[in-house]
Amino acid sequence: MRRYFKTIRLFWSTAFASQLEYQLNFLIELLAMLGTLLGSVFILSLFFTGGRQLGDWTWESALVIQGVYTFLDGLTNALLRPNLTEIVNYVREGTLDYVLLKPIDSQFWLSVNKFSFAGLPEIILGLSIVFWAAIQSGSSFSIYSLFVFIISLLIGFIILYSVWFLIAASSIWFVKTWNATEVLRALLAAGRYPISAYPIILRFIFTLVLPVAFLTTFPAEAILGELKFNILFFGLILSSLFFIFSRLFWKFALKHYTSASS
Amino acid sequence: MHNNPSDLIVVDQLSKYYRVANKQPGFKGTLKHFFDRKTYHVPAVTDISFKISPGEVVGFLGANGAGKTTLLKMMCGLIHPTTGLVDVAGFSPQRRQTDFLKEITLVMGQKQQLIWDLPPMDSLYVNAAVYGLSDHEAKVRINELAEMLELGEELTRPVRKLSLGQRMKSEILAALLHKPSVLFLDEPTLGLDVNAQARVRSFLSEYNKRTGATILLTSHYMADITALCPRVICIHKGKLFYDGDLDSLANSLSPSREVKVELKNPCASEQFEKYGEIQDLNDRFVCLLVSRDKLTDVVSNLLTDFDIIDLEISDPPIDQLIGELFIKGEVN
Repeated sequence: MRRYFKTIRLFWSTAFASQLEYQLNFLIELLAMLGTLLGSVFILSLFFTGGRQLGDWTWESALVIQGVYTFLDGLTNALLRPNLTEIVNYVREGTLDYVLLKPIDSQFWLSVNKFSFAGLPEIILGLSIVFWAAIQSGSSFSIYSLFVFIISLLIGFIILYSVWFLIAASSIWFVKTWNATEVLRALLAAGRYPISAYPIILRFIFTLVLPVAFLTTFPAEAILGELKFNILFFGLILSSLFFIFSRLFWKFALKHYTSASS
Repeated sequence: MHNNPSDLIVVDQLSKYYRVANKQPGFKGTLKHFFDRKTYHVPAVTDISFKISPGEVVGFLGANGAGKTTLLKMMCGLIHPTTGLVDVAGFSPQRRQTDFLKEITLVMGQKQQLIWDLPPMDSLYVNAAVYGLSDHEAKVRINELAEMLELGEELTRPVRKLSLGQRMKSEILAALLHKPSVLFLDEPTLGLDVNAQARVRSFLSEYNKRTGATILLTSHYMADITALCPRVICIHKGKLFYDGDLDSLANSLSPSREVKVELKNPCASEQFEKYGEIQDLNDRFVCLLVSRDKLTDVVSNLLTDFDIIDLEISDPPIDQLIGELFIKGEVN
């Protein structure tokens, strides 16, 4: 276990170093990120001018969702995108062979090998929005609600990660970068608004089929103290299933890789 | 088949078949390929058996697509055999257990594992962490290997700014950090200039002597094989057709020698027919192929029978021999 932590530390410090190799690029990335962020807050503010409500959410509580979305988007930019879109290159260039011959879990390697620091401000900003908006909407924090919030964020992140990893792992067959990333971003973007703002059918789909609700709405409800315990419980089971499935699928994909590659 | 404890690697009746689909050219072919794909099995490696003892340096020879890389990858666990058995240091490679992976390493000349934008040193410490080496252990090991490889400040320069030779040496360093006892090297000198090749070669030979590590390597450069590998395994079209020492391969490949003679006066070709196969006859120059066992007799007869200015005996070069061998596809 200690070996894994040390490996992560070195992965990320080298990732940081290689991003700093190209100073200008790093600066541009930061600026681009800031632009997106301002844009999304602006769009959200438009929705609520004139006292409109989204579903049964007020402006402040919907802003919590926007905060959770920003946080997850930051994590995506920091961790998921740099790592998981790279898997196809490992397959195409054959460097996956090196990863497979390392005495370390290959899914672990491929999932945490990189870390993009341009995602960090978004993560921090997302969390700040969550707390600011939660205070504005009159939520009283308790250790319990914070704990539930963290757990539900974890649930959302694991679900997003697992779906993304599944799609990335399929590149072992297709050996082609198809735009899975965009599909997933759209999925995540659907979570920018409260789930109850969507029509009933979409609400159902976003909760059970594509668990968008778990990504943003439920964590927001958690910090607002409105999340029901059975949903949290269901989320824990669902995210575990997703994660286990991603691992099994990876094992299966590797079996194919090792029996078909040359 | 019983396993002798002195065998480090046992390969027994190993075969690998790939399923492939052919696509006909053109749009029609594409459509057909999409809707009605016909796949069939292509043998990459067929029924190969051999054993390797600890500390051996073995070269794998074969033309492109002969199955060398497939064989190597089956031995390090990257490809599952279709049938047959591989045993490396008591492990079944395809299971890729941690203890097995710590014993082996793979270097591929055409693929790199060092991080492109950073100095090799950064990648080395990442590798050290992955293999569970402490910083101190890693430092000692890096210094030791860097000295053997004659790497110095190159290790703190971004990989993208290194020459191919420096990069390859750094790759080898990264691959040897964890003191593996079995080295799989797939074209480790690919693309290097003659000097860099020689340096990699002398390093490998010294490493083998110092640590007793077993080295298995494939190379297109015959010089690599002749300099490093007392034993060679030749693969042709997925089949093993020679396993033994390099010298007897040369003997079995060329039972004859070339005798070149420069005569004082031109002679007719019929006069030479009894001595050996005439390769070339041009005015006063004759080139004969003479079998080894008759060589001394033939040479002394030639010297007595003709007025000879110069005489030269040579072995056809080994790479030419092996090249011919692959074309013929058989061993004498």
